[in-house]
Amino acid sequence: MASSKTIDRRSFIKLSSLTGGGILIGFNLFTACKSDAKPPEDLANLNFKDFNAFIKIAENGKVTIISPNPEIGQGVKTSMPMIIAEELDVAWDDVFVEQGPLDTENFTRQVAGGSQSIRFGWDSLRETGATARQMLVNAAAAKWGVDPSECSVSEGVVINAAGDQLGYGELVTDAAQLEVPEGVTLKDPDDYKIIGTSRVNVDIDEIITGKPLFGLDYKADGMVYACAVRPPAFGQTLESYDDTEARKVNGVIDVVAYGEGNKVAVIAENTWAAIKGKKALKTTWSDDSELESSELHDQELGKILEGDDFEVRREDGDVEKAFKEADQVVERVYSSPFLPHNCMEPMNFFGHVTDEKVTLVGPIQTPAGTQAGVAELLGRPKEEITIDMTRMGGGFGRRLYGDFALEVAEIADKIRKPVKLVYTREDDMTAGIYRMAIKYKIAAAIKDGKITGYHLKEAAVNSNMYGLIPHFFPAGAIDNYKVETANYKSKITTGAWRAPYTNFLAFAEQSFFDELFEIMGVDPIQTRLDLLEKVKGTTDENIEYSPERLQGVIKLAVEKSGWGKQPEGVYQGFVAYYCHNTHVAEVADVVMENGNPVVKKVTCAVDCGIVINPTGAENQIVGGVIDGIGHAMYGDFSFDKGKPRDSNYATYRLIRMQETPKVEAHFVQNKLSPTGLGEPGLPPAGGAIANAIKKATGMRLTKQPFILQLAERENKVIG
Amino acid sequence: MPTYTLNVNGNALSVEADSDTPVLWVLRDHANLVGTKFGCGIGQCGACTIHLDGAATRSCLLTVDQVKDARITTIEGLSEHGDHPVQQAWKEVDVPQCGYCQAGQIMTASAFLSENPNPSEEEIRSAMHGNICRCAAYNRIEKAVKLAAGKSK
Repeated sequence: MASSKTIDRRSFIKLSSLTGGGILIGFNLFTACKSDAKPPEDLANLNFKDFNAFIKIAENGKVTIISPNPEIGQGVKTSMPMIIAEELDVAWDDVFVEQGPLDTENFTRQVAGGSQSIRFGWDSLRETGATARQMLVNAAAAKWGVDPSECSVSEGVVINAAGDQLGYGELVTDAAQLEVPEGVTLKDPDDYKIIGTSRVNVDIDEIITGKPLFGLDYKADGMVYACAVRPPAFGQTLESYDDTEARKVNGVIDVVAYGEGNKVAVIAENTWAAIKGKKALKTTWSDDSELESSELHDQELGKILEGDDFEVRREDGDVEKAFKEADQVVERVYSSPFLPHNCMEPMNFFGHVTDEKVTLVGPIQTPAGTQAGVAELLGRPKEEITIDMTRMGGGFGRRLYGDFALEVAEIADKIRKPVKLVYTREDDMTAGIYRMAIKYKIAAAIKDGKITGYHLKEAAVNSNMYGLIPHFFPAGAIDNYKVETANYKSKITTGAWRAPYTNFLAFAEQSFFDELFEIMGVDPIQTRLDLLEKVKGTTDENIEYSPERLQGVIKLAVEKSGWGKQPEGVYQGFVAYYCHNTHVAEVADVVMENGNPVVKKVTCAVDCGIVINPTGAENQIVGGVIDGIGHAMYGDFSFDKGKPRDSNYATYRLIRMQETPKVEAHFVQNKLSPTGLGEPGLPPAGGAIANAIKKATGMRLTKQPFILQLAERENKVIG
Repeated sequence: MPTYTLNVNGNALSVEADSDTPVLWVLRDHANLVGTKFGCGIGQCGACTIHLDGAATRSCLLTVDQVKDARITTIEGLSEHGDHPVQQAWKEVDVPQCGYCQAGQIMTASAFLSENPNPSEEEIRSAMHGNICRCAAYNRIEKAVKLAAGKSK
C-alpha cells in the first residue's frame, strides 16, 4: 500500500523505479531505546524483535521514507517519517511515505499499542536520519577534497565553505558505498524545521478521494469473500449445521466449518452473497457451560470487593493503622460495563494459502504476533508467511488481537483460494474482545484535616491492571497507600481497549478525589499541587510520573480554562492524570439546558515533551477527549445468557456530532523527549465531566454509562 | 442474475447482480469503487453515504433495483481532481484520524452545502449528526464544513 504525499501518481511510480539505485540505511531501534523505557507488560508479550527504519534516496533527490509501524489513525505514518526527515535534513515536500511490510529482520516493535510508537522510536529514528545525512556530507566532502566538518546541509543540499553545492541526489551513489558512521551528531531542537510544525496526514489525498487504503478495500485476482457464523453466546459450541439453503444462494461457492468445528464460513463470489448465505445457514448450538449475564458479573465483582482475597500490587506504610486512627473515612464504589471497540472498519482480513506460501493482508496492530500465531495454527514456518499492513479504520486495541487473521488463514488453507473474510457490524460487535467490566472500591482516611491513608481495590473480569498503573498518582503522595487487585474468570473474551484500565480507573479516582476534597473542604487544585509537592525528589523507581510535569499541566489547564472565573451557569470539573507516559489535565464546562447537564467545552493541558506534529497531536487529544466523554456517557454493553444485548447502532449508542463539546488542547512547550498521544487524552475526560455534572446537578456519578444514572434523577434524560 | 445499467459518476456502468443487492456492495465489489465504506449495514453510521440525484443517501439500504434510473455520485466522482470545496476544506483542516468514515462525512457535507450554502453552526451539527466518526474528529469536521461553506461562495 504505497502512498505518495503529493499525490502525483505518475511521478511516484517513476520515482519508485529510481529508488533501486538509492541507499538503504537502517539501525537497530531496540538497542537505541533509552534504558528507562518500560513497555507495558501485556504489550511486551506481543512482539519485541529487531527493528530498522529505512530511507531510500532517489537520484533525483526525492526521498522515500518507509514507515514501519501500523497506522490506526494515531498518525504515526506521518509523524515517524517526520522525525527521520528532520535529521536527514530534507524538504518535507520531497518526501514520500510508504507503509513498511512486516519485516522482523529489519524492524523492531511493529506494534500500534500503548501509545509507544513515538516514544520508542524517537532516538533511533533521529539516528537513522542523522546517519544518512552524515554519509551524504562525507560523500560531498570527499568529492570536494575538504573535511566534512567544513560542510553544512540544508534541505537536501550539502554546501561547503566556498559555497559549492551538491544535492543529495547527486551524492547518493557515492554515499551508499561509504562506511556507516557511528555516534553522529543529532540536531539541537532549536534548529528543527519539520518537527514541531504541522504536517497534514500523508494519506489525506487518498482519504478524501476514496482511494483504496483500508483492509476492506484490498482486492486480489480471483479473490472470493467469506462471512462466518460464530457461537452466538459465549459458552456455546456448534452442535450441527445445515447448509442446504445457504448453498442455494446465488453466488455462494462453498460452506466450510473451521475453528475446531465451532464456526462456519460461507464462501461466495461477492460480499452480499456471503452475507445472504450466512443468514440462510441453519445452526444448532449447545451450551457447554453456564451462560453468563452481566447481572452475574456485577454480583461477582461486588462479592470480590467485599472479600479479602486480593493480590497486593503496591503497599506503603501501614494502611490498616491509618484507617483505624482516622477521624473520618470516605469510601466509594465505582462500576463500569463491558465495552466493544467498534472500529468503523469492521474486522476483516485477506488470506491466500498455497503449498509454497501464506499471504496475509489487512488491518492489524500486531503483525509479528499474528505471523507467529498463523505459523502455529497452520504448522508452517514463519518464513513462508508474509503479512502486509493496510491503513486501519480504527484500532482502539481491538486489532492487537489477530483472531480474524487466524480465522482467514484457516479458511484460506481449507479452500485454497484467495479470500477476504468480512465481519458484518453484528459480527464485529458480538465476536469482540471487550473492555472488561470493572469495579473499584476506593477509601481514604482523614486525620487532622490531612489524607493519611488511601486504599484502592480493583475487581475486574478476567484480568487486572498491568505494569506501573498501581504506582500512578497518588502513589508516593500519601504515606499509607495500598492498591490491591482480584478478578473473576469469565468466558467473555476481554482485552485491551484504548487506555486499558486507566480508561475507567482515571474516572473512579478523580471523581473520588473531587468528592473527598469537597468533604474535606479543601481546594481541589491546591490540594493536588500540595500532594504532588511531596512526591518531588522521590527515589522510588516505580514512580514513573513526574510531579513537576503534573503540576505544570494542572497550572496550564487552570490558566487556559479560566478555572474559577467562569460565568454564572457554567459548572467546571477538574482532572489531572498521568498515563502512557504523558501528563494531562482537563477542565470540563457543563451548563444546564432544559434541566439537563450538557458538556459545552473541555480544555486540556498536555505535556508529551516535544510535539512532533502539532496538527496530528491536537487531533489525537481532542478525539481522545470526545471518545472518553462518549463512552463514559453512553457506552453500555451487557450480556444476557452469554449473548451481547446489542449488536449494531440501532440500539448501541456512540457519541455523535450534536453531543460533542468544543475541545481545546494546549501543549506544554519543552524540549523533553516525546511521548505518545493516542491514549492519554481519553482517561481524564470521564472524570472531568462527572465532576462538572456534580456541580451542575448535585449528583455524584459512580457508574458508567452516566446516562443511566442521570436518568434516575427525577426521570430526566440527558441528550 | 439480472443485468443493470447504472449511472455512476457520469458513466454508464453495467453490472450483473441480484436485485436485492445493496448499492454499497455493487459499488465496492462489482464496480471496484471502494471509496464508499461499509460501516453498519443498517443505515445508522453514514459511512456508505452517496449522492442519489444529488441527495445524500445511505447506500447500504438501497438496493440496485431501486436506483435504475437515478444519478449516483460516489466520493470518487465528487470532483475530477479531488478539489471539491469540501475536499479542499477537509485537507486544509487536516480532518481525518483513521480516515475510514471521511468519505461518508464528505458526501453528507457536500450534499448538505449544496442545499444550504450558508448554514448556521446548529444546522451543520444537525446535518452531520447522522455520520459517526469513531475517532471523534467532530470538532474538525464541523470546522471543515464551515470552511467549505465559505469556499463555495
